Amino acid sequence: MKIRRLPFYAIVILLIVAGLGTAGLRHNTTEVPFVPGEQKPVWLVEARIDFLAQGGKTTVRLDLPDSAPGFRLIREQAASPGYGFAVLDDKRDRRAEWTRREVTGYQTLYYNAQYLPVSYEPEPKDPEPPKAEDVFWDEPEATAARELLRGALSRSSSPASTARELIKLLSPNSPDQNAQLLLAAEPSRSRLLVKLLNQSGVPSRMAMGLYLEDARRRQTLTPLVELFTDEGWLLMNAATGEQGVPENLLLWSRGVDAQLDVIGGQNSSLTFSMIRQTVPAMALSQVQFQDNIFSLLGVYSLPIEEQSMFKMLFLLPLGAMVVVFMRVMVGLRTAGTFMPILISLAFLQTSLVPGLISFILIVGLGLLLRNYLSYLNLLLVARIATLIVLVIFLISVMSLVGYQLGLNAGITVTFFPMIIIAWTIERMSILWEEEGPHEVLIQGGGSLLVAVLAYLLMSIELINHLSFNFPELNLVILAFILLMGQYTGYKLSELRRFRSMENMD
Amino acid sequence: MLISPFKLRRLGMLGMNCRNRDFIGRYNDRRLYPLVDNKLKTKLLAEEYKVATPQLHFVVAEQHEIAHIEQQLETLNGFAIKPAKGSGGKGIWVITHRDGKDFIKSSGAKITMEDIRRHMSNTLAGLYSLGGVSDEVIVEDLIEFDDCFEGFSFEGVPDIRIVVFRGFPVMAMLRLATHASDGKANLHQGAVGVGLDLSSGRCLNAVQFGMPVYEHPDTKRSLKEIKVPDWRGMLLLASRCYDMTGLGYIGADLVLDANRGPELLELNARPGLAIQVANGFGLLPRLRHIETLKEKRFPTAESRVDYVMKEFAVTPLL
Repeated sequence: MKIRRLPFYAIVILLIVAGLGTAGLRHNTTEVPFVPGEQKPVWLVEARIDFLAQGGKTTVRLDLPDSAPGFRLIREQAASPGYGFAVLDDKRDRRAEWTRREVTGYQTLYYNAQYLPVSYEPEPKDPEPPKAEDVFWDEPEATAARELLRGALSRSSSPASTARELIKLLSPNSPDQNAQLLLAAEPSRSRLLVKLLNQSGVPSRMAMGLYLEDARRRQTLTPLVELFTDEGWLLMNAATGEQGVPENLLLWSRGVDAQLDVIGGQNSSLTFSMIRQTVPAMALSQVQFQDNIFSLLGVYSLPIEEQSMFKMLFLLPLGAMVVVFMRVMVGLRTAGTFMPILISLAFLQTSLVPGLISFILIVGLGLLLRNYLSYLNLLLVARIATLIVLVIFLISVMSLVGYQLGLNAGITVTFFPMIIIAWTIERMSILWEEEGPHEVLIQGGGSLLVAVLAYLLMSIELINHLSFNFPELNLVILAFILLMGQYTGYKLSELRRFRSMENMD
Repeated sequence: MLISPFKLRRLGMLGMNCRNRDFIGRYNDRRLYPLVDNKLKTKLLAEEYKVATPQLHFVVAEQHEIAHIEQQLETLNGFAIKPAKGSGGKGIWVITHRDGKDFIKSSGAKITMEDIRRHMSNTLAGLYSLGGVSDEVIVEDLIEFDDCFEGFSFEGVPDIRIVVFRGFPVMAMLRLATHASDGKANLHQGAVGVGLDLSSGRCLNAVQFGMPVYEHPDTKRSLKEIKVPDWRGMLLLASRCYDMTGLGYIGADLVLDANRGPELLELNARPGLAIQVANGFGLLPRLRHIETLKEKRFPTAESRVDYVMKEFAVTPLL
């Protein structure tokens, strides 16, 4: 017996692991939240381009973030009536392009995108490290740069520390004459730093970042410096000396000189406004992972009608587990084994109290009619068929009356499984004749109790959410049902049934 | 209000889940169920194996045959009408005698030929069968119960339920109809259950509605005096039902007919648990003991009966 049980428990554990594992994997890869109604913050960033069109062919190109570390693009769109718009994506260099054949006057183009803050992931390293660019200075800047670098290199040991020293030397209140000279020739501190670093043999490039602050308008890109170290690209702010990517910094462009490129226009400007929004995590997940294997295997790809059917179907195992529990562990008697689940599914449509009232009304009236039918002395099959027809009439009358009285619940009565109800009435009636009304009350009450319990469980928001979005959790329910199928201990009702054994020993 | 499950375990009480999984599920082959779920099949099988059953008069299998039952019933004074696939004693009518054109049921109610026809029609349509499948009606001999039970049963035939496990009778109970049970021998309807000692057929303990009783609630006869005659014959009959059906865990319902001796009424592949309450102890230790026995050592019903009469002897509680 022990040996036979081993594979059984292995199966149970396997089911639990498979169910929880798949759910965890689904959560990790598609970010479907475990809790319903979870909200996530996203940044809505809007780029505004203004320019004066010259009246001819106009092409506007805007550099777009390729892979901003710490952010993920959710969706993007452009608002620019009259313009052709496309996002050009040629390897590592995404650009938005607006085009128009003839246009004059002041033009405003908008591009907006939603970014989701994500945990910072190190980028894959380039197979071959970039080379430092050659730098050419005119005299006397060439001498000043050499002097400045000699000073900085003597006080540093690594590319990062060299950059830090250079930033210190280039700071506005630096007394260094060479720095003053160079800044006069190249006013952009970042560009100067890039040049100096490249000269010292450290590959480095310009980057443009956008500091995200809630509800800001007319923001511009902040110039930054990226230098290549052993760990990859390192971001530095030449003005503040800050190192690394701050949490609220969206790296808009990297290593590209021009962010905005307007052909056929002048006086162009690029400004940004941004706002922090919260969106449901569920919707976010569906937008982002449409092509993921889990989404394809999930039910989201089905039409809405089928989805709502599956929503019901995936709840059934839970109802079945409640029935198993109530019958095996508690020992409650119900009329018809799984009739309570069907009733509880109907309750989900009608909501509890109206559902209970109409169910009791239908079964009660049905029992009265069935009582009359027994005088007609019909054959069983004909009698049940008669009951089905009568139940349909009863339900129609109830929903019509309910509707005329202005009760919305009246209409939902039609969700009750009619054939099951007809059989229930027939069984109850026979039970009444043979065992008396007491047994009818016990079994009818037992069925309703199980149905209400199953309904209460099924209507919990969390359970609804989990069963629909993580159908694999039903494997765990299956494991529990299997386990309960092995239970050979006493039922709760037996503790009462055998209570007279108390004084036996 | 509730009894502790540990106490029940100590008493060796068999629970419903344990019965279903460890005994019915393990020892009763589903394929063999029709043999006991259909009383007609049981009866024919019993004749083959020389197991005594009440005399079969005729069978009604089709609705149109009901029109002719008047002639068939003509020669019979008392008889019993049973659905072949009924369960729990449902749909059984016992007609004790005639009163002119009418019939008198064991409860004393007067019924007409028309009532019998309707009852048979309902039965054929499957009113009493499990799952409502179409059924057959058996009309068989009325049992004239033995005088030794005089005063122990009210308006009904006392029957003896013996639980047989792998051919060994493991527990026995006498069921006495009472006024409360409406002449039926079902414990949950109020019949008195009397636990019987396997070695002697004497009363061990008696309960009604789960509570101990010492005398019959209607006739006030002391239940202590009960001793079933021809006890070994009863056990042999029950034990043979195993050879006959091949079902490992069954309940055999027997009666003692005044003229014909012990007879098999019906078999049950899912015998109830109330027998334990009537006996005052649980089935489990006996079942586990039987499980350890080698079948080869007990090839005949006689050897098995002799073994349990020796092994399971108990001193009465009353």
